[in-house]
Amino acid sequence: MKAPAFAYSRATSVNGALELLSAHGENARLLSGGQSLLPAMNLRLICPEIVIDIGDLAELRGIAVRDGIVSIGAMTRHVELLESAQIATSVPLLAEAIRHVAHPAIRNRGTLGGSLAHADPAAELPACMIALDATIVVRSQSAERRIAAVDFFQGIFATALSAKELIVSVELPIAQGASAYFFHEFARRHGDYALAGVAAHATMDGQVLSELRMAFFAIADRPVLAKAAAKLVNVTVTPALISEAAEAFGEELDPPEDQQASADLRRHLARVLFRRCAEELVDFGSVRVIQ
Amino acid sequence: MTVPVAIALEVNGERVDAHVLPRLNLADFLREHLQLTGTHVGCEHGVCGACTVRMNGEIVRACLVLAVQASAKCVQTIEGLSDSGEIADLQAAFRERNALQCGYCTPAMLMAAQDLLGRQPEPSREEIREHLSGNYCRCTGYQAIVDAVEATARARKARPS
Ligand SMILES: Cc1cc2nc3c(=O)[nH]c(=O)nc-3n(C[C@H](O)[C@H](O)[C@H](O)COP(=O)(O)OP(=O)(O)OC[C@H]3O[C@@H](n4cnc5c(N)ncnc54)[C@H](O)[C@@H]3O)c2cc1C
Ligand code: FES
Ligand code: FES
Repeated sequence: MKAPAFAYSRATSVNGALELLSAHGENARLLSGGQSLLPAMNLRLICPEIVIDIGDLAELRGIAVRDGIVSIGAMTRHVELLESAQIATSVPLLAEAIRHVAHPAIRNRGTLGGSLAHADPAAELPACMIALDATIVVRSQSAERRIAAVDFFQGIFATALSAKELIVSVELPIAQGASAYFFHEFARRHGDYALAGVAAHATMDGQVLSELRMAFFAIADRPVLAKAAAKLVNVTVTPALISEAAEAFGEELDPPEDQQASADLRRHLARVLFRRCAEELVDFGSVRVIQ
Repeated sequence: MTVPVAIALEVNGERVDAHVLPRLNLADFLREHLQLTGTHVGCEHGVCGACTVRMNGEIVRACLVLAVQASAKCVQTIEGLSDSGEIADLQAAFRERNALQCGYCTPAMLMAAQDLLGRQPEPSREEIREHLSGNYCRCTGYQAIVDAVEATARARKARPS
């Protein structure tokens, strides 16, 4: 199918885009990479009256590091994250996860801000934001807000963004001291949305995990942190403890059922991921440790 | 306000000026306004890959780019790649190995394969499959396509440049 008629405006500044958003509210949609918006418009699931193209806004692009924080502009494309040496060294979890997002032709257009604003519960990048304890910086005509990733995602395609706000950038703290990460997903084909997946980040103190954030995706209406991960923190982790925590984790979940997978399958896959993730992270030798 | 918008872009090396409605996607613009029908349209929501073209040197889904977004850009279609001879060897390898049957997926498959060979001259079969993972073929079962891309990579490597 083809998109219904709409008006088109190419923004030349962030302020210009915010002005249009403020004037048109719910009737307007921002267009960044178009890799989620245009499919939805072609399928006529979304029919905006006006599309505000922010593709030319250089001020929303780029990756910068300062004071132990990596700041990524909302219009930074997936391919740029994939190829960035800075991302590979400072936030390797993101570098690993981005390889699983869609296919090359889609990664050449899709952006980080678009992925977060779209908030697909099966998407990789929102889960990475939660695992990495990111701050999402959003702006309206009147104010700038800084929202913790855990508070940003509020349901299927639902976020803390108002209709008059746009995402400017994302800030990721660079881990100090020893840390490790794990990423894995189950998908039917490479590049497909996952049936279940996990993005995890841990910091270590000697032989124990001092912090462990395991963010699961595609198993709830939004990416979620595993509460059971707390059982593995500041203790000597044994295989029995991992099994117990994985079991408890399964009980936390109420996974959705669709034509891709039943709720039971999703719960099972999530437990398998929990176990593998925990085993890899406590087996310090097998994961990359950033010092 | 849904009036035609003036666009100017380069398509296969030639400058094109046109007026298009914002809702027109690049694939339909190429096919219906420029009669470049080698760019195929399957699903119109990014899944099948049949509409893959090059924009500013990178492969993109033409069904997920508005024609107005392509303004001031440089677009290359399968007609351009074919006429310039850039992929003559890849096309020959597809033919020799029966890497096409109905041919619906082929222009985009060539586009994606050439993109891979441009950045990775010695891809493994796994890398070939990964790079082509966004392009559906309902006929061949992919094996022959992977063979043809692999054979082209080898032949290009052996060829003195
Ligand atoms: C076949 C296919 C497979 C895919 N597979 C995956 C996958 O496996 N994993 C995955 O994560 N994604 C996948 N995607 C989606 C892809 O990653 C998109 O690029 C991404 O979800 C949206 O980014 P975008 O820049 O294209 O946003 P757009 O499509 O331009 O916008 C998406 C939404 O976000 C809003 N928006 C955009 N930018 C901003 C901003 N700066 N501030 C506020 N709101 C904004 C738009 O108004 C719109 O509502 C797939 C897409 C396709 C077509
Ligand atoms: S027609 Fe564009 S991806 Fe299917
Ligand atoms: S040859 Fe028929 S779809 Fe590929």
